[in-house]
Parts: sequence; structure tokens; C-alpha cells
Amino acid sequence: MLFKLSIKNIARSIKDYAIYFFTLILGVAIFYIFNAIESQTVMMNVSSSTYEIIDLMNNMLSGVSVFVAFVLGFLIIYANRFLMKRRNKEFGIYLTLGMSKRKISLILFLETLIVGCISLVVGLVLGTALSQLMSLLVANMFEAKMTEFEFVFSSASCIKTLIYFSVMYILVMIFNTFNVSRCKLIDLLNANKKSEKIKLKNPWLCVIVFIISACLLAYAYWCVTSGITDMQTADKILIPIALGAISTFFVFWSLSGLLLKIFMSMKNVYYKGLNSFTLRQFCSKINTTVFSMTIICLMLFFTICVLSSAISIRNSMTSNLKTMVPADNQLDKTLDLPTDSGYSKGIIDDSKIPISKTLDRLGFDTDKYFKDIIEFDLYASDEYLIRDTLGSSYDEIAKQFPYLDYDMAETFIKMSDYNKLAKLYNLEQIHLSDNEYVIVADFDSWINIRNEGLKHNTSLTIDGITLTPKYDKCINVFVYMTSSHINTGIFVVPDEVLNNMPRESGILIANYNADTEEEKQEIEDMIIATENSPYALNTDIEASTKISLYESSVGLGAMITFIGLYLGIVFLIASAAILALKELSESTDNKERFRMLRKIGTDEKMLNKALFRQIGIFFLFPLVLAIIHSIFGIKFCAYLLETFGKEKLIYSIIMTAGIIIFIYGGYFLITYLCSKNIIKDK
Amino acid sequence: MESILKIDKLEKYYGSRSSLTKAIDNISFEVDKGEFVAIMGASGSGKTTLLNCISTIDKVTSGHIFVSKEDITKLKGNKLNKFRREELGFIFQDFNLLDTLTAYENIALALSIQNVKASEIARRVDKVAKELDIKDVLKKYPYQMSGGQKQRVASARAIITNPKLVLADEPTGALDSKSAKMLLERFDYLNKELKATILMVTHDAFTASYATRVIFIKDGKIFNELNKGDDSRKEFFDKIIDVVTLLGGDLNDAL
Repeated sequence: MLFKLSIKNIARSIKDYAIYFFTLILGVAIFYIFNAIESQTVMMNVSSSTYEIIDLMNNMLSGVSVFVAFVLGFLIIYANRFLMKRRNKEFGIYLTLGMSKRKISLILFLETLIVGCISLVVGLVLGTALSQLMSLLVANMFEAKMTEFEFVFSSASCIKTLIYFSVMYILVMIFNTFNVSRCKLIDLLNANKKSEKIKLKNPWLCVIVFIISACLLAYAYWCVTSGITDMQTADKILIPIALGAISTFFVFWSLSGLLLKIFMSMKNVYYKGLNSFTLRQFCSKINTTVFSMTIICLMLFFTICVLSSAISIRNSMTSNLKTMVPADNQLDKTLDLPTDSGYSKGIIDDSKIPISKTLDRLGFDTDKYFKDIIEFDLYASDEYLIRDTLGSSYDEIAKQFPYLDYDMAETFIKMSDYNKLAKLYNLEQIHLSDNEYVIVADFDSWINIRNEGLKHNTSLTIDGITLTPKYDKCINVFVYMTSSHINTGIFVVPDEVLNNMPRESGILIANYNADTEEEKQEIEDMIIATENSPYALNTDIEASTKISLYESSVGLGAMITFIGLYLGIVFLIASAAILALKELSESTDNKERFRMLRKIGTDEKMLNKALFRQIGIFFLFPLVLAIIHSIFGIKFCAYLLETFGKEKLIYSIIMTAGIIIFIYGGYFLITYLCSKNIIKDK
Repeated sequence: MESILKIDKLEKYYGSRSSLTKAIDNISFEVDKGEFVAIMGASGSGKTTLLNCISTIDKVTSGHIFVSKEDITKLKGNKLNKFRREELGFIFQDFNLLDTLTAYENIALALSIQNVKASEIARRVDKVAKELDIKDVLKKYPYQMSGGQKQRVASARAIITNPKLVLADEPTGALDSKSAKMLLERFDYLNKELKATILMVTHDAFTASYATRVIFIKDGKIFNELNKGDDSRKEFFDKIIDVVTLLGGDLNDAL
């Protein structure tokens, strides 16, 4: 009997709460898809270094999954609370008929069980289907060749999904039982009759609160953009975030009161068609939903930042590589290690010989396998620290960036060596007269710091020779091959200046003597194989190769993209679903109101327009503020991630906008259509 | 007298062929301009169905309804809505005010959906509020008003568009006797001073006694008709009671 009642209840409400079921199914499917990536990557034909990153990615994805489970669990409990509220009267009737609270709890338990089972089964089926598409994306991201299409079903992911969602549904059951045992019959029966009280806030208070929160918001924006230089430690970012969250709440709080006032004073707009009705509908709701609006706004903000940053990191990493890794291999090692440095004698001895000789001893034939070889040394001395080279601008910069280490030794390179490198890299040659120097750097904030010193025409005295800057700006160039812009500055000076400077490290850059990718890979493998040579113990030589940099960069980019997509989509769905459910759960009230409007002769078209606007404003309001937040948030992210490069931000923003329009807009449309269906007169 | 409403052999059936319910069984009558007509009947007599048919909320099975010569049973879609908002005014038993809007905005809504200018709306709301004695509740929300005030606000919304016909469905049903009396006196005023034509459905003899004519319905048919003529309200009330007694059973309970 109870089971039958539960089934009937679900069948009856399935149309009204289609969006709830839809969200549950989507949640299950997404959870499955991202956890199933692991088993898809196992099938791929990729190199071992890519495997390491894939492994890292899978570990991170499962860590993120726990967080996602919390978000989804919160969403489900929150949504469930809504749906329960709408059914108060029904429970009241059950109670008056003499059903015990225990039995009502049992009905709810059965309902949750049925809904849970259906959503899990449908979600997993959908997830399995979509994850086949996902495997194409995975292969594409890791630039792996898909030999043939293979149907992948991840039982591990399936079991994980089942466990996580079962826990969520059990929590919902406990929550429901608790709720039912607490309620009073009289409240249940009168729940619908309670006419809501609309408090108009004091407009002056609203104006004041609005101005204060706008100022706080502006200050938070300033902190993360212009005042960004003060953000040297992670804990400092908490202040603008907290400020932003609090002022978001108060902006909504004050705007809800203010908007109405403003529109009411514009009599010609307010008393046109159903405008007064629409606006009141919106304001009556926002009064009670300021808090959830804030949460939704912040979640959207988070989504926008995560999605656009993740996409732009991947894009800039791939484009960085093409310019930043011009040669096949770069080997480097520390030179002239002092005898008391604690290294073994073998390594100390090795640090006295050039890299080419080390390679020889490792049994690698440089003449046969390398071409375009250039070998040079970098110099550094404790006599020339960063604080010295900044000259008179040091005090001001130290005040601005108190957390940087100014006691590091500067690095120098001979002009002739630099020009050899420039020739290989196809860069412009540098010609210095005897008393000039140039700084090459590609780390943006360091370029700015160094430019200050250069502008002050800071001179350097090395070995009795005084050098002055040739330009008042750094040359934006790298020396080490890496996948990101991390050259904080290297001094190019006339050769003879460095005659007495201690050597710091030796560098050998070369291309592989091969034409095809396969041959290059063979040479690469040979270099890796030198690790097993007996002499390998006696050297700390390190290699950065084009192939390994490329693989790790592609892997890292893919990892960030997947985690960004995962979090972004889940947050987007959660916020859109909360809005949609809120809107739909009020449809019963709306139904009454629209019926009244219809009775006094309002056109169907006018009613639909009013409904569209009402839902539209409700969806747009948090989104607009989130977009304003994001303008500054993305700038801040770009600053944090500037070592990855900052090209193609536009592209990632367009992608993000696309995803948001698709998911958020989709939820909006479904909500509108469902509401329209509910208010339709039958 | 000019006829505002003409009902011609109206029939409304519910149910299927095997179990047919004749809610309205061949009713014909006319309402002239400036009349205040009450339709009385027990619950289930078909009076609300009749009102729903006239207000175009329900479809007729056969017959015709003419509102100033126009056959409204032939209207469809947006024409129906246009007719409803321009020619008719509604007063419901449960007020049907929008709880999110103030009294002023509720009244104004009837005009704003006809695209009347805001300044004109203000002028007309002010005027009607004076006539219905609700000037001091205009800024209040429905939940802050008494039942009587709510019903007068609803009446203001109904007549502000200067409708040809005001339809009232048990307007005193949810009011206490004092508020009911006050509302009916306002109806009387609207009818006599503003020449509003009112068609009211009720099962309450006291409410009906404010009308100039009472039509009694039983089982979907017109059972009797009373004209107030020159009687006082008290005399008319007694006459109505006599018919109600004659009608027997059901309606007596309603007294």
C-alpha cells in the first residue's frame, strides 16, 4: 500500500519536478564520466612520461570527486528540502487520516529509494554513453593516437558512483525522517494559506548599504588588480574574497529593495502591462532568497574563473611550447662545485669538465647523434646580488615586494655566447660596447622590477670595469628551454668582463641528428639510457628535451582542463538547478496568480512574456554580478598564471561563455517551459 | 431600456452521453442597462456555471449569449481576452487579489493591461477609491486588509475599466455581516449613482435583497423571478424569503 502510494506520488510529480530528476541524472552521469577517465587512459598508447601525468591527473580527479560529491550532496539535500516544503499539505492530509509519522517517513524513504535507483540507473547508462565521446576528447587532449574505437565501461567508476550517491541518498532519507518527526499538523495544513508578508525595506538604508557594499566590492576589485603587488602570500587573498562574498550578499539585499523603489518611481514603466506584477513577483522572492542568490552568484563566479583559466592555461601552454623550445635538447650541470660542498668526489671532479666531455664519459657519441651543438657557461658570484643590480630603485621595490629574495646571486653570460645561442634560436644578436650591459628576461613581473633599475641607469662594476645599461628595458628572451616564462633575468656583458668571475653552470644545446620523429625518439631514448651507464653516478647532469617538455606540457594542460571542466560544470549545474527548482517550486503560487490575471482578461501572450521576464531576471541577476566579479577574477588568475603565458584569453572566454550559455541557458529554457506548462489553464 | 445582456436558450451539459448532467437547461433572460440583478439558487443549481458561461470562462453547449448585441459564444482566443478585460468586470468570492501587489497596484493592473497611461491610471484609481471608500488602504497589501476592504478593492478593480457589465460571484460569501452590508451599500451606490450594470450570483437572501431584480434557479432552470419595484428593501427581502421557502430544502439551509 505504502509502496503504491510512493509510486503514485512520483508519477504525479514527475512532470513538475522533471528538472530535479534531470539534475540528479546529470549529476550521476558527470560523476561517472570523470571518474571513468582513468580506465580510458589506461587503453591509450602514450609514452611513459605521459603516463606519469595521467596517473597524477587520475589521482587529482578522484580527490576533486570528493569535493564534487559534497557539492552535489548539498544540492540534493537543498533541492529535497524545497520539494518537501511544497508537499506539506499532502503530509497534513495523511496525518489527519490517521497515518503515523513513521509511515510517512516510510513513504518518503521509499520515494527516495525509487528516485535514487531510477536516477542511478539512467545516469549510469547516460554516463557510459557520453563517456565514449569523452574518450575521444581524452585521446585528443593527450595527443594519443586512437588506433581503434573501443567501448569502455569502467566498473570501478560505476561502483564509486554507486557508493557516493547511495551515501547522498541515505543522508536525504535521514534528513526527511528528521523533518517529518519534527513537524506539527496545524502548520502542515495551513502551510499554503499563510499569506506571505512583504516588507519594503527602508530605501535610505538600502541606498546606504548599497553604497557601502559597492565601495567594499570596489576595494576588493582593486586589491586583486591594481593592488595586486601586495598579494605576496596566499593568506592575503582571503581578504578580498571575504569582502567580495559579504558585499555580494549586501548588494543583493539592498538592490532588491532599491530596484523596486526605482521602478516604482518610473510610473510610466511600472504601470505598463504586467510590469508591476513581474517586478513584484521578482522582489517578493528575492527578499527571501538573498542568501541563495549570493551562493549562486559566487558559484557562477567560481565557474567562470575556473573554466576560463583552465582553458587558457592549456592553450597558452601549447602555444608557448612552439616558441619556447626551439632546440631538441638542452643539457646543463653545475660547474666548479667547491670541495666542501658535500657532494661525492666523482661529482665534484665531473663539475670541472665541460658537458660534452661528461657525455663522452657516459658513452654517448655527441658527434654522431647531435648537430648544431653550442656549449657555453653561465657565471655568478656572491659579490653581485639582486639588491645591488637594482641600484637606487631597490628600496622602493623591496617595499613593494617584501617577500622576494634579493640576496640571490645574479647570473651572467658572455656576449659571444649569447650571440651563439641567439643564432641557434633565431633571435636578434646583441652588440655591446666595452662598458655596456643588457638584461634578458621573460618573467613579466620580474621584467617590471628590472626595468625600474634600468630606468635609473644603474651601473655595475665588475672586475674594475663599470658597465651601464644599453637599453632602459629588458630584452624579452629566455635562455633555458622550459615550457613557461620563468627567466627572471640574465645579464649579457662583454666577454672580457667575466674573465675572473666564477662559473656557475655549463649548458649544452643541440638538435638531434635525425630527420624523422622516430629517429629523434631513438636518440632521446639513448640519452635516457645513459642513466644506466656506470659513470652516471658521478654526474648531476640534467636534460630538458623538446619531447619530454612537450609531453609533460600536454599532460599538464589536459589535466588542468579536465579538472577545470569537472569543477566548472558541476558548479554550473548546481547553481542553475537551485535557481530552476526555486522557480518551479513556487509555480503553485504562480499558478493561482496567473489564473487571476487570466480571469481579468490578460492576453496569453502578455502572460507568457511576464513569465519569461520573471524567470529571466531571476536567472540573470546573479549571473550579471558574477560576470562583473569575473572580469576582475580572471585578471587576477591571469596574473597568478602569467608564467604560463597569457595569450588567447579571448578564446578561453568565448569557450567559457559557450559552456555557460549551453548549461545555464538550457536550465533557464527548461524552467521557462516547465513553468509555462504549470501555469497553463486546463 | 437598452439590453446589455441577452441570454438565449442557453444549455450547458456535463458528462458523457450515458450519464448526462444538465447544469443549465434552456435558460433565457435579459438584463437591461443600469439593472442590478441577483441570481439565486442552492448549491448545484447551476448559478455559478451560468456566471462562468457569461464571463467566457466556460464554454456553452448550445444557445447564445449577447453582450450589447455581440454574440460572445462565438469569440475565440485573444478576442475573448480583449472582451473580458474591456467589457466585463469581475468580483469573486475569494477576492482574487494578487498578494504581491498593493491595493493600488491591484486596481491599476486592470488598466495597465489595457495600456492606459500612468497619469490616467492615477486619476481613475483615485476617483474609484473615493467612491468605494478605500483611499486609506491603497498602499496596503492584501494581507494587511480586512475581508471587507479586500472585497471593495476587488470591486474597484472590477469597475475601474467602466465595464458594460459587472459580474459578481458570491461577493459576500467570505465576509462577516457588517462588511457584507457595507459592500452591498457600495454596490447600491455604484448601481444608482454610476449606473453600473451588475449581475450577482448568491445564495444569500439578504445579499439578494439589495438587487433590483432576483432570478431564482433550480436544477438548471429558471424557477421564479422577482422585481423589487417600489418595495422597500425589507419588503423585498420578505418576498425573497417566501420564494426561498417555496423552493424548499436546499436553499433554506443556506439561510
